[in-house]
Amino acid sequence: MTKIEEYASSVENQWCPGCPNFGILAALKRALAELDLAPDEVCLVSGIGQAAKLPHYLKANVYNGLHGRAIPAAIGIHVANPKLKTIVTSGDGDLYGEGGNHLLHAFRRNPDITVIAHDNRIYALTKGQASPTTPRGEKTRLQFSGVEIDPAQMLATAIVHGCTFVARGFAGDIEGLTGILKRAIAHRSLSLVDVIQPCITWGNHPVDWYRERVVPIPDDHDPTDRDRAVSVALDVEDTFPVGVLCELPERETFAATYRDRVGDGPLYELPRVDRSTLEERLDRRTVRL
Amino acid sequence: MDRSIFVAGSAGEGIQTIGDVVARCFLAHGYPVFANQEFESRIRGGNSSTRIRFTEEPRNAPREDADVLLALNPAAREHCADALRPDGFLITPDTSPNEGNHLGIPFVDLATEHGGQAIYANAAAAGALCAAVGLPFAVLEGVLSSTFAKHGSEVVQANVDAARAGFDRAASQLGDGVPEELPRRNATYAYASAHEVIPIAAAAAGCRFISAYPMSPSTGIITAFARDADLGVFSEQAEDEIAAINMSLGASAAGTRAMTATSGGGFALMVEGISLAGMIETPIVIVLAQRPGPATGLPTRTAQEDLLFAIRAGHGEFPRVVLAPSDPQETIDLTVRAFDLADRYQVPVVLLTDQHLADSRFSLDRLELPADIPIDHLADPADFETYARYAPTETGVSPRLAFGQGGHTVCLDSDEHTPEGHITEDLQTVRPAAVEKRLEKVRRLRKEIRPPDVNRTDDADLILVGWGSTRGAIAEAVDRLRVDGRKAGSIHFAELWPLPDVARPKEARYWTVEGNATGQLARLLRGGLGWSIEGTIGRSDGLPIAARYILERTP
Repeated sequence: MTKIEEYASSVENQWCPGCPNFGILAALKRALAELDLAPDEVCLVSGIGQAAKLPHYLKANVYNGLHGRAIPAAIGIHVANPKLKTIVTSGDGDLYGEGGNHLLHAFRRNPDITVIAHDNRIYALTKGQASPTTPRGEKTRLQFSGVEIDPAQMLATAIVHGCTFVARGFAGDIEGLTGILKRAIAHRSLSLVDVIQPCITWGNHPVDWYRERVVPIPDDHDPTDRDRAVSVALDVEDTFPVGVLCELPERETFAATYRDRVGDGPLYELPRVDRSTLEERLDRRTVRL
Repeated sequence: MDRSIFVAGSAGEGIQTIGDVVARCFLAHGYPVFANQEFESRIRGGNSSTRIRFTEEPRNAPREDADVLLALNPAAREHCADALRPDGFLITPDTSPNEGNHLGIPFVDLATEHGGQAIYANAAAAGALCAAVGLPFAVLEGVLSSTFAKHGSEVVQANVDAARAGFDRAASQLGDGVPEELPRRNATYAYASAHEVIPIAAAAAGCRFISAYPMSPSTGIITAFARDADLGVFSEQAEDEIAAINMSLGASAAGTRAMTATSGGGFALMVEGISLAGMIETPIVIVLAQRPGPATGLPTRTAQEDLLFAIRAGHGEFPRVVLAPSDPQETIDLTVRAFDLADRYQVPVVLLTDQHLADSRFSLDRLELPADIPIDHLADPADFETYARYAPTETGVSPRLAFGQGGHTVCLDSDEHTPEGHITEDLQTVRPAAVEKRLEKVRRLRKEIRPPDVNRTDDADLILVGWGSTRGAIAEAVDRLRVDGRKAGSIHFAELWPLPDVARPKEARYWTVEGNATGQLARLLRGGLGWSIEGTIGRSDGLPIAARYILERTP
């Protein structure tokens, strides 16, 4: 059994003291240990932002790439080595803004990866501009008169595009979030977990404001009912329903046809393509009557 | 023997098919062919042409004039009229003005009468062409039979019958002017474009992953990978070029050799990814198939406008390699080399091609893979108790492991990072050492890059300097200058960055020949190597550089 201590990292943490990101980090470590995954079996992929620094704060494989581009990198990693548990962990600005197009097409491709969106509804590292999820009307340090466009609804979008595991978590509930992350990581298709992560520096509401509004998704919610799941995903006017919105049978994962041909190991372990096959293909170019 | 045939028509009329059948006839008869395409960015209509040049020895360069022009419609005839030599033949389906060297042949009528259907008109046209250049009909019959065999014997017979009718009609109209029959040559040639061999070379080099977004003239590369899916290279059409390069980098970081391909606008979108590859020291091969810009430019035309872009693309300072092949064999060699350099130095490598190289077909004695193709690019995990991805070394290159390889964890970071790959803002020691590490690779690469090919410069007082796809045209220009008594030579760069540390071989007048308006190679050689370059013969109208173009502008 993997012990949570195996995930310890000695890298100095740059988050604000008391940031709910610490809750996500704690829940992720617990989930990985309880799933009995060793650090070398896990690949954490992130973009840029405070959330995207998370991979440095636990021991695992790390691909901390470009802003907005965690998803395509994770897809490449998933194709090259499906034995890795590839987990994207980045912020709402990174995943829904800069990289929104990639996420949309990732739903279509359905790689077996888990996407954890640290959703603080603000651009924090750049000091307080609107993010794709900032509610209309909220004032920021750039949108001085209030945000004038509607927030992105990525959970509903994910469900509409056939994503088979869509959940909302709360960074202030490590226990509950651990359970959601375990289910998401174990799900053998793309899973999206949007985690409410109040920004204690630039956000318009303190953690307790969210805590009062977080409500569990009712026990009688049927996660296989996609229409109902979309309604729950969109129902964020006064409260935030937290839990698994949608859990459907796993779909064929990205590159499955290719994997049927070459097996499921890392591609670097495959033998070379037979030289004579390639030479024959070049020889075909010689024109003879 | 040096004959040039233009087949001109609208997109969708089948000029490529006619051109390909006729080209294969020459090849089957023992004559090397160079064929290039010029076409508009549209699906139907417009003016385009396939140009076939056949010679006795391979002459892989375009000609701008035609000995025979087959024009399938009046607009096509006008489009190419200026190219037709005064002593050339014009062949058209328009039978009314039938005088001098004009053969008017009713292809559709002949096809309907002899092949049974109008769709065989192109076979009748190919027949007329063969008659006009002295190719024996049996050769055409053989090529048609093998080309259409998969459609069944009835289709083969209809094509042959229509072709025969076209051939006979042309021969009878030519009367005494029928050219002498071309003697059969006992030679065979490999006939290929540069892009179609890239997947074969990449697979030989151990590439298992390509992600790309369709963009002319690069699309043929991922298409060829997908067609050759049995080679085991995974190919994915990305949602955009940003995704394309980032997917490939992810796959490469996970230990597989990976590549992408694009043209100028897509390359522009990839630029941040190139900088990332430099920072995380993750190998990647990027084919940049050039077309004229700026912006959308001329999507289906050719240019060499992105040399300085390829060399400079990416924010910050980091090592990269830029290679530029000139024909399919060199494309094979440099594709293999690109993967090797990318892995040994853990850098991005750009392979610069262009529309002319992509859409032209070359005749070569043979196509072959390099004898030795090293692909052991990952370190042995047993060598490490604890692993640091960016461990300091004398060469600047750290042993590379894939994620999780041998039980190790591997950290890559686009931020400035410690030897362990973790984000840092240590400006006193870590940052200076990291900068030095990356730049040490540039210094070592510079010694590894191959010097240019130097040809016939010993007695030369005029030296033409080129790179990439213009090689054949420059060689031909030098030949013709020599015939005219000029002491000309040439220098060709296939490996362009880091600039190899070479001096000019001698004192002479140096001119670059380039498919751009500003002399990018000249600027590079002046600024980077201190070469004195007198001027540039540049071309930026979207058409390929031919020997005649060079000769008309040679000082």
